[in-house]
Amino acid sequence: MEKKLIGKRIPRNEDPRLLTGQAQFVDDVNLPGMLHAAFLRSEYAHARLVSLDVSKARQHPGVVAVYTAEDMGKDWFPGPPLVSPPPTVEDVVFHSRRQVPLVKDKIRHAGEAVAVVIAENRYIAEDAAELIEVEYESLPVIMNIEKALEADSPLVHDDLDSNLAAQLSQKKGDYEAALKEADVVIRRRIVIERGAAAAMENRGVIAQWDAKGEALTVWDTTQAPIPIRNGLAARLGLSESQVRVIAPYIGGGFGPKIMMFYPEEMLIPWLAMKLNRPIKWIEDRRENFYATTQERGQVHDVEIALTRDGKVLGLKDNFLHDTGAYDPYGLTIPINTQCHVMGGYDIKNFTSEFKVVFTNKIIVTPVRGAGRPQGIFIIERMMDFAAKELGIDPVEIRKRNLIQPNAFPYEHGIIDQAFAPLILDSGNYPAVLQKTLDAIGYEKFIKEEQPRLRKEGKYVGIGVVPFIETTGIGPYEGARVTVEASGKVNVATGIGTQGQGHFTSFAQIVAEQIGVKVTDVRIVTGDTSEFHWGTGTFASRGAVVAGSAIHAASSMVRKKIFTLASKILETPEEELELEDGAVRVADMPQRFISLGELALLANPLRGAVEPGTEPGLESTAYYGPRYGPTAFGAHAMILELDPDTMMVKVRRYVVTEDCGTVLNPLILEGQVHGGVSMGLGNSYYEQLHYDENGQLLNASFADYLLVGATEMPNIEVHHVETLSPLNELGVKGAGEAGAIPVPAVFAQAVENALSDREFEINEMPLSPNRLFELVKS
Amino acid sequence: MKPAPFEYHAPTTVEQALSLLAEHGYDAKILAGGQSLIPMMNFRLAQPAVLVDMNNIPDLAFIKAGDDGLRIGAMTRHYQVETSDLAAEHAPLIHATMPKIAYPQVRSRGTFGGSISHADPAAELPTLTFALDAKFRLVSLRGERWIPAREFFFGLFTTALEPDEILAEASIPPLPPHSGWSLQEVARRPHDFALVGAAAVLTLDANGRCEDARLVFLSVGDRPMFAERASDLLKGQEVTPEAIRAAAELASTEEIDPSSDIHASVDFRRHLANVLCRRAIEQALERAKENKE
Repeated sequence: MEKKLIGKRIPRNEDPRLLTGQAQFVDDVNLPGMLHAAFLRSEYAHARLVSLDVSKARQHPGVVAVYTAEDMGKDWFPGPPLVSPPPTVEDVVFHSRRQVPLVKDKIRHAGEAVAVVIAENRYIAEDAAELIEVEYESLPVIMNIEKALEADSPLVHDDLDSNLAAQLSQKKGDYEAALKEADVVIRRRIVIERGAAAAMENRGVIAQWDAKGEALTVWDTTQAPIPIRNGLAARLGLSESQVRVIAPYIGGGFGPKIMMFYPEEMLIPWLAMKLNRPIKWIEDRRENFYATTQERGQVHDVEIALTRDGKVLGLKDNFLHDTGAYDPYGLTIPINTQCHVMGGYDIKNFTSEFKVVFTNKIIVTPVRGAGRPQGIFIIERMMDFAAKELGIDPVEIRKRNLIQPNAFPYEHGIIDQAFAPLILDSGNYPAVLQKTLDAIGYEKFIKEEQPRLRKEGKYVGIGVVPFIETTGIGPYEGARVTVEASGKVNVATGIGTQGQGHFTSFAQIVAEQIGVKVTDVRIVTGDTSEFHWGTGTFASRGAVVAGSAIHAASSMVRKKIFTLASKILETPEEELELEDGAVRVADMPQRFISLGELALLANPLRGAVEPGTEPGLESTAYYGPRYGPTAFGAHAMILELDPDTMMVKVRRYVVTEDCGTVLNPLILEGQVHGGVSMGLGNSYYEQLHYDENGQLLNASFADYLLVGATEMPNIEVHHVETLSPLNELGVKGAGEAGAIPVPAVFAQAVENALSDREFEINEMPLSPNRLFELVKS
Repeated sequence: MKPAPFEYHAPTTVEQALSLLAEHGYDAKILAGGQSLIPMMNFRLAQPAVLVDMNNIPDLAFIKAGDDGLRIGAMTRHYQVETSDLAAEHAPLIHATMPKIAYPQVRSRGTFGGSISHADPAAELPTLTFALDAKFRLVSLRGERWIPAREFFFGLFTTALEPDEILAEASIPPLPPHSGWSLQEVARRPHDFALVGAAAVLTLDANGRCEDARLVFLSVGDRPMFAERASDLLKGQEVTPEAIRAAAELASTEEIDPSSDIHASVDFRRHLANVLCRRAIEQALERAKENKE
């Protein structure tokens, strides 16, 4: 079937509401009699809680209640494991230590909640929180992941023998044999530091207990409303049907909004039931820095073995991964790193062991990229170092190692974050790289422009990096598609939405099948009363997994439409056409029935539903992949650098993205733009600076430097479409792609711009100050 | 991030405001544009008992030109200076710098006098008023006094203002003929506080020698840092590349007092100060040569 809507640059259905301030966010929910919560958070990163006196706070006018861990009684227990521990792989170590609603005995990171105040408004709640008297006994702080594993290190969790949270080895081929054959072996230590996700909207939870209806409604900025509902029901001793979780419009997720359960998510609903009053908690920006999860801290010892002509024989990458104070998200991030450290290259021999380490820092869970940027940074740096050592052009060495189009499906023989086999499903990696090189004019830049500009005293550099992105993992998503009597289509799916354009891309999938306008498809996401099976929006899986479920349900509805229309129009199905909201007889356009009339006839007031049939033009379908599709892309940048000030300006930025079928290029390009801005942040602007006491030194947007319009280059996005054989739509995910290769491209371009200086970039993120130090030394 | 409780007053005349300050003394804080004070209050880093809001006093917002230069009322918003032809004509260094001060949103509220009174050593206006030899009119119920910018800034967020005083206006004298100016800055993002800034104001004599020079830095000390010896080094001689290098070297090694923070080390700040000082002198010299009037 030729596609009419899929792949079209269709403006987003949701934009008018978002742009005119009509979209409902959590903080827009205001209920009669609503109370407000504020948390007292520990200033210490590691301390024993000696005593807590909340009496003055309780007496403060306007305060309704103050709760500590002790006050919670038997309802105090840690959050559930978010991602189940890994299956029994040989020698795997995994110590699950989960975050608690309020600290009972020991504080493990600055910002951990110690008490909660419920008051008539947030001002009073914050005033009262200041009246709580806390006695802490400070403990030695564990900040450095290497020192944390030393035998005499203090412990984050006293019941463990060390700060080792987890350990996993994965192997492929025979690395030791490859090492013996190699002409060149390059070893490096590479360090990557933490950044924040910094969504525009901070977190928020509102809970309302209806005592008469025995029903709990929770508005939550979560990326995973259904698991939150299920977990809350279990936690609170309610039936799942008594709990409705609504994740309305959300101002950006980027990963941290799928940490389950945050202390506030456990507490606010519990308190609403306890006090029988609606309660609102909206995280402020400072709390967001101290209480919302972060990512990226890793230290790699990497070794690459090559032949003289640049063919990679083997790769060894042992690394430490900082999980912060707890490890609720299991092994997702370090396994992702392991799965990306071979990039898009044909590497036959591989060995990698990671150790996950507890520290007194804020909890680590995935942030857009989720371990992938680290893996790509490592392999791409090593490719650059190898190119330099062997005297091969950096693009050429990459071309010599890319997986070729005839090698798919390419099975790596290791497991991915979902413990499924890492199989690269399809791709044309050389074509994507070539398209990028052509677009940025690589040859001309190197041969003509760069030498000319250097003569003028300008330092310009180029970087080109290919990358993979594993996407669209299981377990599954579902959707219900209904043609209503109005002729419009209603679609409900379980995943949440945080700005990805689901209201449009999903509508395009439906409209393609059902022959209606994209604007006539209403998408409902993130409301458990509308659809209560599913997992959530993460791992670049919305379009792949929910999209495929929606496609499947739409196809089934299409069949129902044809079956019924055939009966009513007394015409064989193959002679019918579905278009413009009506079914027509192919050669007699005047003979038709509208979808609305058909929907009415499918749900009659009289006459029984015949055996084996269902009422209405409605279907529910699910999609669960055995393993996820893997997208591919290449980024290229040209930057200009002032060697006297180390100020960098990105002059050109080119992206080629191959995420299979493009549902809507406008939306895809928006995703890429957002990702690149995050990647630029991770390269040169955004870094969380902790001091040796575990205090964040830049917990505000004055000092945490988000990339803004003035830093963003114009981005050219090109597309290659290698369809995924794993789903009917042929789609692969793209949500994280933009962020993944940027630090690697940036490092290459900076080194290229300063090719007359002796220095090497083995770390991320950079800054003018850090570049000054690196180049000087 | 909600402020602690405070008492709020919104006087409509300068006299009312001064009475409130006289009454509450150190407990009172003046609210001008609020672009620094309000965030500090929301972080509870500042917890003034009394807030005296100056935004309802129209008398304090003006830009006037006269023989003695440009006069800018304390409550004049940054954007008003930014878009003022008078400012462009009579205080071109200040006018040209306005777009570098924070973001348009901040400039629409932030005030000229507020920035000077706040005395953030990373802000532009304290350094520029110092470099331009401006003076400030301070008023209280006790009367008024004029104080040169050079004597106004005592240290970090500390000025000559007494607790019962308000900075009412700044007077910026005209530059003599054959004068040139420049402010060179390095900021992480274009509108952030600069890691380092260097201002140069030069006046040449009829022979093209340097008659007067003022090199003042921002973000490298607890107040605007005047490199007096480096400025003197330039005076009385031709401003050659060697002279520029020597002045920048002296200023950046001996006449500033930078500290390290997460954005820049002392070493990097000194290095930047050197680079920016050279660039500022060079640009000021170019302008001075062009400015024949």
